[in-house]
Amino acid sequence: MQRNRLATGGRIDRQQSVSFTFNGKTYQGFKGDTLASALLANGVDVVARSFKYGRPRGIVGHGAEEPNAIFQLGKGAETVPNLRATQVELYEGLDAYSTSGWPSVDFDVMGSLGALGRLMPPGFYYKTFMRPKKLWMTYEHFIRKAAGLGKAPLEADPDTYDKLNQHCDVLVVGAGPAGIAAAREAASTGARVIIADEQNEMGGSLLASTHSIGDQLAATWLVEQLAELSALDNVLLLPRSTVFGYYDHNFLAVLERRTDHLGLTADKGSRQRMHRVRAKQVVLATGAIERPLVFANNDVPGVMLASSVSTYVNRYGVAPGTALVVFTTNDKAYQTAIDWHQSGRIVKAVVDSRPAPCGAIVKAVQALGIAVITGSGVIDVVGKKRVQAAKIAALSDDGQEIRGEIQTLECDLIASSGGWSPAIHLSSHTGAKPRWNDSVVGFVPGESMQQERSAGAGKGTFSTAACLYEGASAGVEAAKLAGFGDGLVSFVTPSTQELPEEAQQALFLVPHTKTSSRAPAQFVDYQLDVTAAGIELAAREGYESVEHVKRYTAMGFGTDQGKLGNINGMAILSKALGQSMPETGTTIFRPSYTPSTFGAIAGRDVRALFDPERYTATHRWHESKGAAWEDVGQWKRPWYFPRGSESIHDAVNRECLAVRNSVGILDASTLGKIDIQGPDAAEFITRIYTNSYLKLAAGKCRYGVMLKEDGMIFDDGVTACLGENHYLMFTTTGGAAGVLAWLELWVQTEWPELQVYFTSVTDHWTTATVTGPNARKVIAKVCEDVDLSAEAFKFMDWRDGTVAGVKARIFRISFTGELSYEVNVPAHYGRHIWEALVSAGEEFDITPYGTETMHVLRAEKGFIIAGQDTDGSVTPADMNMNWVVGKTKTFSFLGKRSLARSDSARENRKQLVGLKTLEPSTVLPEGAQIVNDPNEPIPMAMQGHVTSSYFSANLNHSIAMAVVKGGLTRMGEVVYCPLADGRTVAAEIVSSVFYDPKGERQNV
Amino acid sequence: MDKYSLFNLFNHARNYHENWQRAWRNPTPKKVYDVVIVGGGAHGLATAYYLAKVHGITNVAVVEKGYLGGGNTARNTTIIRSNYLWDEAAQLYEFALKLWEDMSQDLNFNVMFSQRGVLNLGHSLQDMRDIERRVNANRLNGIDGEVLQTNEIQDLVPLLNCSPDARYPVLGASWQPRGGTARHDAVAWGYARAADAMGVDLLQQTEVTGIRRSNGEVVGVETNNGFIGARKVACVTAGNSGVMAAMVGLRLPIESRPLQALVSEPLKPCLDTVVMSNAVHGYISQSDKGDLVVGAGVDAYNGYGQRGSFNVIEHTVQAICELFPAFSRVRMNRQWGGIVDTCPDACPIVSKTSVKGLYFNCGWGTGGFKSTPGSGYVFAHTVANDNPHPMAAPFNIDRFSSGALIDEHGAAGVAH
Ligand SMILES: Cc1cc2nc3c(=O)[nH]c(=O)nc-3n(C[C@H](O)[C@H](O)[C@H](O)COP(=O)(O)OP(=O)(O)OC[C@H]3O[C@@H](n4cnc5c(N)ncnc54)[C@H](O)[C@@H]3O)c2cc1C
Repeated sequence: MQRNRLATGGRIDRQQSVSFTFNGKTYQGFKGDTLASALLANGVDVVARSFKYGRPRGIVGHGAEEPNAIFQLGKGAETVPNLRATQVELYEGLDAYSTSGWPSVDFDVMGSLGALGRLMPPGFYYKTFMRPKKLWMTYEHFIRKAAGLGKAPLEADPDTYDKLNQHCDVLVVGAGPAGIAAAREAASTGARVIIADEQNEMGGSLLASTHSIGDQLAATWLVEQLAELSALDNVLLLPRSTVFGYYDHNFLAVLERRTDHLGLTADKGSRQRMHRVRAKQVVLATGAIERPLVFANNDVPGVMLASSVSTYVNRYGVAPGTALVVFTTNDKAYQTAIDWHQSGRIVKAVVDSRPAPCGAIVKAVQALGIAVITGSGVIDVVGKKRVQAAKIAALSDDGQEIRGEIQTLECDLIASSGGWSPAIHLSSHTGAKPRWNDSVVGFVPGESMQQERSAGAGKGTFSTAACLYEGASAGVEAAKLAGFGDGLVSFVTPSTQELPEEAQQALFLVPHTKTSSRAPAQFVDYQLDVTAAGIELAAREGYESVEHVKRYTAMGFGTDQGKLGNINGMAILSKALGQSMPETGTTIFRPSYTPSTFGAIAGRDVRALFDPERYTATHRWHESKGAAWEDVGQWKRPWYFPRGSESIHDAVNRECLAVRNSVGILDASTLGKIDIQGPDAAEFITRIYTNSYLKLAAGKCRYGVMLKEDGMIFDDGVTACLGENHYLMFTTTGGAAGVLAWLELWVQTEWPELQVYFTSVTDHWTTATVTGPNARKVIAKVCEDVDLSAEAFKFMDWRDGTVAGVKARIFRISFTGELSYEVNVPAHYGRHIWEALVSAGEEFDITPYGTETMHVLRAEKGFIIAGQDTDGSVTPADMNMNWVVGKTKTFSFLGKRSLARSDSARENRKQLVGLKTLEPSTVLPEGAQIVNDPNEPIPMAMQGHVTSSYFSANLNHSIAMAVVKGGLTRMGEVVYCPLADGRTVAAEIVSSVFYDPKGERQNV
Repeated sequence: MDKYSLFNLFNHARNYHENWQRAWRNPTPKKVYDVVIVGGGAHGLATAYYLAKVHGITNVAVVEKGYLGGGNTARNTTIIRSNYLWDEAAQLYEFALKLWEDMSQDLNFNVMFSQRGVLNLGHSLQDMRDIERRVNANRLNGIDGEVLQTNEIQDLVPLLNCSPDARYPVLGASWQPRGGTARHDAVAWGYARAADAMGVDLLQQTEVTGIRRSNGEVVGVETNNGFIGARKVACVTAGNSGVMAAMVGLRLPIESRPLQALVSEPLKPCLDTVVMSNAVHGYISQSDKGDLVVGAGVDAYNGYGQRGSFNVIEHTVQAICELFPAFSRVRMNRQWGGIVDTCPDACPIVSKTSVKGLYFNCGWGTGGFKSTPGSGYVFAHTVANDNPHPMAAPFNIDRFSSGALIDEHGAAGVAH
């Protein structure tokens, strides 16, 4: 039985009954209800318990401002925590749960301990729980348990989300009268317009209005306007879309809830969509939020915003109570008395804080026989789980003091209105500084920082006629600045028969017979249980800045972000400090306007698309051979190729032996490749690398090391001269993007005079490295047009040729120290070439190997891996690679100056050496730290660390590379690695070249 | 100064909390101070506290252009750890960590230092090498920590995606149990209150607009509230340090860039430790209030507007959804940015300058909250003695000309 449902009226569809559950109990509502209106229709009073004091709480508002009705929807993977019932559209089967109250919202243990509340003023936790020190983690455990609203899901999100990039001339935020007028006018100039509104229906305040516009009912006018807008090609209407953030350069983030009104998860397609809007101009028509008055026990269920009461009656056909008291400082809330009266229920009185209100609407209300108690206020409420009566006292003219007797008026609903606060959030996101306006009694948008303007209630303009006009003007202005129309308003503002209004009174905290500290709690921020006394206490303790008050009391930190409470809090603070509102100022609003789903912000870039997986052209071949994978940057590289049940250790040993004894094949396609062209290419490369490329002839390759400005190694690789003014630079796999950015940075910002151009060609090519003593024989089988003889095609040469019928570039460079050919073909031929090489190598038992074997083989040779043996703190000299630095270079190169700095040039720097464990089969863990004296107490003087370490099957002992202080002068010394497992491994410092020290094998 | 204790809370409750004293005074500036500290962030306030407490220098003013602790102190994600790679950094951060462990009692202000442990995840073989190296170095430096296997991580963080099918699977992590989080505002307020009690003047809404010198020596600061004399001026202005230095024609090797963070709506406890992933690039913990606190990346450009670009937020949230697929349905309540002062080697500058009487403490960049007590302590020493504290010496500004950089991005370069 929906006992609070009115027989007629509202925008709900009474033909479509919807059943739903709340805290396990089943209720009925109608299509068109929100969860909040349906609960109110069913007479559910207590929906939450307060955070600190466990007090019963009911629904207060009807939109984004609602602080109490914060629910968990659904269960399992689909569940969504912390949804605001006033913004949840009702659908069949919806199941909602309170997020507070233990064991239930109706009976809450905390609430029954009410008196303890006195021990919990703001900041009490800063003053306590300090002793005994050890117990803090236990205290914290319980504090954490008590805090928090809903529960996070425990499973992965079943839904997907997507994004659209939108561009428009004019974005209108808010589809109330001002927004609609703005969109219409802007659209009429031909500008591309987007109008977004967070509600399911567009219309804003008109959706709950009983007024007329021109000679039509507001609702009818609305239908016509929206139909006209929808018919235009240049207008995109986005209902259920919250503009949640306004960023630099007129970029706005808009979250569209596509399916949330149908169920928890989307049947097909995305659940929510984020529109990333880049707008030339923006009109903010975001409306205003009513401000409650602060009085004792103002949190008892049944105390609501006046506009919310009207909205429930007019829009949802719900009367959330029987006997109403309206408490107001302004004319507007009188409408609530009229709406309530017309719904057939009793208005006990309108209590007006103003001494002698006599405006037209006051008279209209009196004419209905409703008592108006002037110069008075509701100072306290009787009732616990529902309002039972209002205590009313006469107030001084300024409303600040109590004068005279207190009368008690029985009622079950109190509608309060302290005026309206413009929703300046988005304007504030741009950095515009809000301004206090005395007649609005609120902050209005500050001077624009971006291409935006506000219109309507969001700017403090409240009459519908004025909103329409202001919206229309803002619309044409925005269009004109975006290059459309003449800026003249064509729209004739219809008459709205609104009654003239008298001035409102600036009243925030309503006095009580006792001071705030002794009176029953007067709530400012419901969600966080912040009271007037709390704010006064903060001020008394010296937390005077509004930001300090916010942080000390937690005011405004809730999921409503202080939409109801903040202005009241600031006013209470101002009074406590004896200063004006502008002096107090406001806290800064930040995105999100209302909370926005992580998944929607992430969009599609999650799971497999989080970061693209890059595969080489031969990936499937490796897969078919059972490769184990290593992530290197974005690439998937074969790590090793286990045969049967082989362990990594066995596989790598086998692969290593195969290369040195016969031939192996490696997919080296992932190495970064940058094509460099231009008349200054050689000059540029020479400045970037430590050695010179000025004389590198076509057909030749050279190894280089690049340094950052600080002289530290950043990347390394081979560069080949392809022809006149044309080079190909190889980088490390992980470093490719960084190197390209580095090159661009230098040429664009520092050396713009150099004519040189870069193209990343990494994945244009497949690179198959054939390496080992039999490499030449393998290549010879598939390549006939290149003279492969040692004399004709030397180490560090490259040749054009045809390999297995495909035009290829063959490089004689080697990372294994063996005779090597790196065959490069356009990636489309990658698999073909690979297979051709593998079958050509069959008779030599050619062995595919992965990154692990590559690492071992190069370590046997003492070749460094930038990023593994270097860490951004080593120079070429530290790596024992002075040979790569052109010391006689007449030119300079990046990092050169830094190499001469006192610290870079000092002795005893950490230098690259080899380590041989005294016990040859023990492999040092990579990352082990090295000390001289294993018995030194902690802290131990560390000498360096192990950068690379492997078991070498070719040498039949372990090998390691390490950086050690002064290592190059310490050959033969024994050092120690104390390990986490308690072992200490002794090792001898040796040369970092373990195999073929003269480098003969690659040169054959 | 009112003593804060449960007992006193009871007492005050009987008087409806009407008699609590101010946490700090609102003084009128004196003509001249021995030391003027520019910047009332936690570092500046800690410096004042240790100047008074350790060095007996109480004729000190902290000059803050906004409100105390309103800069990066109020904006940071409060991750505290000391498992830095290099000896110099590790020593300083560990010293700070020890001070954190006693801070609430020392200041008589509960800063809610929560030693819930910090995980730094590794997602590649190189990450794991770096983690091994750092944890080994930490161990030999006497700093707690171990390398955890994936299954151990899963036990600590049930909602973390530890599946091998993740785009970048979790291969392991470093774990520092003594690390954790603290309540940032409380740190600023605790130091402010304790410094004030020893006589330090806290001058809010006072912006330094110039540094006055005479014969090459500092004599005071120009402010929007007039000139304030000072024998020594100690700048602790984080993102604004370059601007301060320019007042005396100094250039610092500092880039000021926006760093962002965000919080979700409050949730029941679902994440009990701090989880950081450098490679996937997300940092997350859950505050005592229940919000998921997420650290985002630094913007690519320099600037002073305390706002960053939205794409950075998008990328961060992607990382969080990747690490915690269950958080995808959770919602972002608020996001913001601060301006961080980063040095080329990701280590701070705690130093005298070429101007006599002028000191700088800056460059803490994306990760200076954790160092607050240590930073204040060694900087107070440096200012008091006109000579660097031994732990501060390696962070001298000269290192940028000598090349003795302490590169903390290399292996341990986790942003917070
Ligand atoms: C989003 C974000 C997340 C972070 N996360 C972490 C983290 O998890 N862990 C961590 O350890 N660190 C973190 N940090 C870094 C940390 O916040 C800072 O390193 C630290 O707070 C710096 O403290 P501070 O006191 O020096 O700076 P601030 O708190 O910024 O104080 C500097 C003060 O100087 C004032 N000032 C500036 N110019 C003037 C002037 N001319 N006159 C007077 N006053 C002036 C400012 O108003 C400001 O209050 C993060 C930073 C950000 C922005």
